Amino acid sequence: MEYEAVIGLEVHAQLLTRSKLFCGCSTTFGRPPNTQVCPVCLGMPGVLPVINEKAVEYAIRMALATDCRINHRSVFARKNYFYPDLPKGYQISQYDEPLAEAGHIDTETPDGRTKRVGITRIHIEEDAGKLLHGEGDDEASSLVDFNRAGMPLIEIVSEPHISSPEEAVSYLKALRDILLYLEICDGNMQEGSLRCDANVSVRPKGTKEFGTKTEVKNMNSFKFLKDALTYEIARQIGLMEGGERVVQETRLFEPSTGRTRSMRTKEEAHDYRYFPEPDLLPLVLEDEEIEAIGVMLPELPAQKKTRFMEEYGLPSYDAGILTSSKRLADFYEECVGLFNEPKTVSNWIMSELLRLLKEHNISMEESPVGAERFTALLKLLKGGRISGKIAKEVLEEMFATGKDAEAIIEEKGLSQISDESELLQVVDRIIADNPENVERYRAGKTKLLGFFVGEVMKATRGKANPQLVNRLLKERLG
Amino acid sequence: MDVVELNGWELAEKLKGGEITSRALTEAYLERIDAIDGRLRAYITVCREEALRQADEADRRLREKEGITPLTGMPVALKDIFSTKGIKTTCGSRILEGYIPPFDATVVERLKGAGAVIIGKLNMDEFAMGSSTENSAFFPTLNPWDPGRVPGGSSGGSAAAVSSAECVLSIGTDTGGSIRQPAALCGVVGLKPTYGLVSRYGMIAFASSLDQAGPIARCVRDCAITLTLIAGRDPKDSTSLHAPVHEYESHLDGNIKGMKIGIPEEYFIEGLHPEVEKAVGESIRVLEGLGAECVEVSLPHTEYAVSVYYLVATSEASSNLARYDGVKYGLRVDEGGGLLDMYKLTRDRGFGAEVKRRIMLGTYSLSAGYYEAYYRKASQVRTLMKRDFEEAFRMCDVILTPTSPTPAFRLGERLSDPLTMYLSDIFTISCNLAGIPGISVPCGFTEEGLPLGLQFLGRFLDEISILKVAHAYEEATEWHKKRPPLGKLLGEG
Repeated sequence: MEYEAVIGLEVHAQLLTRSKLFCGCSTTFGRPPNTQVCPVCLGMPGVLPVINEKAVEYAIRMALATDCRINHRSVFARKNYFYPDLPKGYQISQYDEPLAEAGHIDTETPDGRTKRVGITRIHIEEDAGKLLHGEGDDEASSLVDFNRAGMPLIEIVSEPHISSPEEAVSYLKALRDILLYLEICDGNMQEGSLRCDANVSVRPKGTKEFGTKTEVKNMNSFKFLKDALTYEIARQIGLMEGGERVVQETRLFEPSTGRTRSMRTKEEAHDYRYFPEPDLLPLVLEDEEIEAIGVMLPELPAQKKTRFMEEYGLPSYDAGILTSSKRLADFYEECVGLFNEPKTVSNWIMSELLRLLKEHNISMEESPVGAERFTALLKLLKGGRISGKIAKEVLEEMFATGKDAEAIIEEKGLSQISDESELLQVVDRIIADNPENVERYRAGKTKLLGFFVGEVMKATRGKANPQLVNRLLKERLG
Repeated sequence: MDVVELNGWELAEKLKGGEITSRALTEAYLERIDAIDGRLRAYITVCREEALRQADEADRRLREKEGITPLTGMPVALKDIFSTKGIKTTCGSRILEGYIPPFDATVVERLKGAGAVIIGKLNMDEFAMGSSTENSAFFPTLNPWDPGRVPGGSSGGSAAAVSSAECVLSIGTDTGGSIRQPAALCGVVGLKPTYGLVSRYGMIAFASSLDQAGPIARCVRDCAITLTLIAGRDPKDSTSLHAPVHEYESHLDGNIKGMKIGIPEEYFIEGLHPEVEKAVGESIRVLEGLGAECVEVSLPHTEYAVSVYYLVATSEASSNLARYDGVKYGLRVDEGGGLLDMYKLTRDRGFGAEVKRRIMLGTYSLSAGYYEAYYRKASQVRTLMKRDFEEAFRMCDVILTPTSPTPAFRLGERLSDPLTMYLSDIFTISCNLAGIPGISVPCGFTEEGLPLGLQFLGRFLDEISILKVAHAYEEATEWHKKRPPLGKLLGEG
């Protein structure tokens, strides 16, 4: 029998506010344990939460960017459970009246189709602290770091519209792109700024009813998401084919084995005893407030891609890559502004610049070659000062030394030779040195032209103008 | 009369006029505490040195006429539910053993800012859960009028200390009557302001949607003066109201001619102590004599008040008290059995029986499958009760009721019977559920000499009307002038 997977993702994104969700503590990552805490985020007796307006604004941005309906009144609720990293013994979240509902994100399927994945809800909540095991005086004890306690999060819950691990990755990438474009989350999955849980079930293909689902946790990279879902889907199909039932449970992905293992069953699930948070008033949002945030929304990845295709005449593939990050898209547009050959700029960014960034293992922000220098190089290429091959070499040199193209060309004498008489001398010498090949060429083996061009290029260390070399060789070889 | 027995506003004049220094006054109260508190046990902590230091600072302010308020130099005590920076704060519980807050509650900040002298921290029922102060983890406080009886609760220490002149006035908290009921049982004045008028920041939470701080004093005027100084919007408390704070004292003109006083039929029930009924009846005649008009009103959902209260309050409490887990501060009992074991041992030894009972009740009513029938339903009835009051206040300006159905009961009398204990709050609870202000003033004594209290309830944010009528009543009667016979506490009786 053929099966299909039904997947929904719950994504937690940490918001890039300067202070925590309910107190003034800093949100800087990686500080020594318990240095970014105060009575409020430590849950000391008598303290009260005050909502960070910036976090609300960021959450609204995400809701608008995913076409959600924003509730004019949403309610904070307490999710009660005991854990040492949870200072108050409850997490302030939103429950039956979330900030926003019923949105969607358009993603691309592996076969290039656009698929719309529904967003069930987006709500605001606070993060918990972190347990450090075996770092205390005795190995058996655990320590708690509350720096993360009270960090602002939004949870974005999708509809079960995702049908494969590849689609899940594509959805999460699209979601992450939006967060980055909105500049409300750094999207760093390793540091946990972006976390993802999945609800997974399988059913015989074509049937409507949902199978029993499991919740898979701990997938902190796109690869792990794909691996975990692939494993979990196969596991569930295996169970069904073997005549067994899928048990409703929470499962943990283990990157070392590539498997998921049972964490707790439905019977062991917590009863969170949600109730409205009496320390906070309902969050009431006026239309004007929401509109004001909407007006400030930047162009989103999908919109930008379409515009790049229309405005610059780029193929979908190019536009997709160039808009995959806001920084890259901005760089591209800056370059086109300086050198109006959109396709050339796109080619050079995609084939050369991105490769070099990858080789040097640096991000766009850290690139030593800015738009000004990058386009200066392309202008030299276009003006015939250097050949394409030399341009590639020069770009590498620019990366390595941080110098501009002109300086490198001067220093290394890389200017293209376009002087006909100078090149003729070389051409004639090559012809004289290879009488046999000349004869074969003249006998009709015209493919040998490439050989002669190569020899000329070698002799000029690649500086010869290729078009000119071609013409001169053809003339001389008759 | 001993200087410590003067009212706050009288002392303020003496302090301002240089007739007495804050240091001398503070020392006088410390002497009173030394003399009687060994038996009365109103204080958990006496802040002797800090108080004298603050008194000296207040004297400087008074001398240099720098930002003087009616509380400058005044020895004030706090229910031990308010966080005080550098001073141990117990909330009447063992679970906070060793805990010293690193910050002041907003109320404390404001009192200090006004120049008040914080003389100590007062006994209370553990986490404000109780009506007799017998649920204190440390010791019961006695009633100054009869050491065999309770002072009421949960702010029992606060009421007893004011009544026996161990401080000028105190700040208590009221979740279901915890300021008004002990004030009534100790023969002093207790004011619970509108929910949100006084900041809850730093006040240890029992039931967040009901808790409210307010003054306990020996006269209405002192309550009015204190309220002006502690009330007002606090950005640290999201539920604090953006409402104007009045010079309440300026409205105490004794003129209540034409004021309409509502008498709710539902409050004059079976089980109401005959002497309470009699005293309240006489009070109505006093008020009518002052030109007020008494009208009958109805609060039809009153019968649900106790049930609704014990669902809402316990639910919120079960969550509010989850933070006491032995991980971060206070008591930790760890016998090496792992995390769950530490939680269980800590909470088992740290909490008293009543607190555990309420945590269990609240946990139950919030549980899956019960939430709709209990917490949700209670919240809905609460809305109906609010509407009852809104309706009633179309007919009258204030509502008059007894504060407590009985005078002070004997120590131990109701300890084994929580339900009867819960009924001590039957007349005070609705006010918290509706969020409206209420005040209790002395209105007589039983034949045995136990004080009785009269309660006025007001419209949302209409503290002025209840203070005005309470003050007019007080002016027309002598009850508030009587002082408890301290001889018994001094071992003379």
